[in-house]
Amino acid sequence: MDEETKREIILENYMHPDNRRDGDQEGYLKENTNNESCIDNLNIYVKINNNTIEDIYFNGEACAISTSSVSIMIHNLIGKTIKEALDYIDNFEKMIEGKEYDESILNDAIVYNEIHKQNNRKNCAYLPYRGIKKILEKYL
Amino acid sequence: MNRSDFPLLKTGVIYLDNGATTLKPQCVIDKITEYYQEYSANAHRGDYDLSFKVDEAYEGAREIVRKFINARYKEEIIFTSGTTDSLNMIVFGFFKRFLESGDEVLITKSEHASNVIPWFMLERELGAKVKYIELDDNHYVTMENVSKAITPNTKVISLAGITNVIGDERPIKEITEYAHERNIFVVVDGAQSVPHRDTDVQDLDIDFLALSGHKMCGPTGVGVLYGKKELLESMVPVRYGGGMNESFDSANEVYLKELPARLEAGTPNIAGVIGLGEAIKYLEAIGMDKIKEYECDLRRYAIDKLISIPHIDIINLEADGGIISFNVDDIFSQDVAYYLNKYHVCVRAGNHCAKILKGEVGVTSTIRMSLYFYNTKEEIDYVIDLLKDKERILKEMI
Ligand SMILES: Cc1ncc(COP(=O)(O)O)c(C=O)c1O
Repeated sequence: MDEETKREIILENYMHPDNRRDGDQEGYLKENTNNESCIDNLNIYVKINNNTIEDIYFNGEACAISTSSVSIMIHNLIGKTIKEALDYIDNFEKMIEGKEYDESILNDAIVYNEIHKQNNRKNCAYLPYRGIKKILEKYL
Repeated sequence: MNRSDFPLLKTGVIYLDNGATTLKPQCVIDKITEYYQEYSANAHRGDYDLSFKVDEAYEGAREIVRKFINARYKEEIIFTSGTTDSLNMIVFGFFKRFLESGDEVLITKSEHASNVIPWFMLERELGAKVKYIELDDNHYVTMENVSKAITPNTKVISLAGITNVIGDERPIKEITEYAHERNIFVVVDGAQSVPHRDTDVQDLDIDFLALSGHKMCGPTGVGVLYGKKELLESMVPVRYGGGMNESFDSANEVYLKELPARLEAGTPNIAGVIGLGEAIKYLEAIGMDKIKEYECDLRRYAIDKLISIPHIDIINLEADGGIISFNVDDIFSQDVAYYLNKYHVCVRAGNHCAKILKGEVGVTSTIRMSLYFYNTKEEIDYVIDLLKDKERILKEMI
């Protein structure tokens, strides 16, 4: 994927993120996730049914990278089983850390495949995953 | 002004985060190095030449600080690790003993965390009450609102001389006069004011003042606690140990030294203190009035330009210090800071440790440019040029 396409995908997900909804909804598990060194602050809400992620939404305030990342995470994880989701997250984490990973399962999340070169933005991209991982791991 | 004195400026960086910390001139760097290379002995200890030289330099710095803030006595100058340390000593070493349940402490919602949380802890411990002086529409403290906030239970007013998000200067002299008529103490957090204008603690009649060296061209990890002598006399140390005791024996008979040693337990930040002395000499040579005037001019210059950019929302049109807080419409402050960083411009994004201010200004975070005397109109022009095209910010911030 070329740089221009990546930028467009990130910007689109930032300006019009998937599933941003205010307030707490019933039937969802909630986790707050924030970056110590900056001001990103997101609430992630997950609805799990039959070991499968039925829905995810978020609210809060965060930079372009965190916001686009949560949006991309949401449309990739909905419909996955918990195990599949954790597998996906594990792959994403490896990519962010600049390690070997399976590109084929990440879909559009590969827009962050160069972000390991920018130390200060790595955490922004990973922020939503850190939150949802806490919820999903409780389910294992 | 004086740009050639700052080695870091030679890298081409545009440093507009002086509210966080300032750059160091070569003379301060040299002074610190000189201590480590030529006489790095301990203070107040040895009976040899090197140690005497340390004492001379260390106590010399105390005198430089005394003169700089025009304290009456040298013993009123206590070296600390910075404003935060000084404020904690003021709160826990003095007011914790002095206040009682039901007594009131007045602060504002634009104070830095260091002038909020220690008081909150006192509220929990003692049942003293933290209350807020209301800010006016420009987020200023007015005498009218000070007098409205005072009750018969008010015992202390603790305010930044200048705040770090808005850059408004408080009418400290009027406040101390009004407060002292009512037996109320006044604590001034000088972190953002002392580096930027002349501070005369006697004229202002301040009871306690806290300041940080690193925000005024000095080293990190050193600051000052000023207190009126009679108040410092009844302050208890929050740290005990070497350097501050006269004698002690195994039966817990402890005699403490006089001021200022009594409040400076342990080996101090010697290089830092000496470096701070040098930084003050450096600022004095430029002239505090000149610094203030220069910054005000530069700020006005920047505001006049920023105001003409439609997608920029300035939070503090009105301010006295060199602080400009703003947002770019629909773009998260941090993204703007990242974008500017690509062009070697250092600004701060966030809530600037004033987390309770957001209710007042209605935004949770801002971009803050904070100026010092070494910033220039050319630098402002460069930043304005980067900010005036919103599409460009959106395109390049990622
Ligand atoms: C108004 C104000 N008070 C206190 C502080 C704390 O200073 P330090 O971190 O040097 O202790 C700062 C620093 O940001 C400040 O701006």
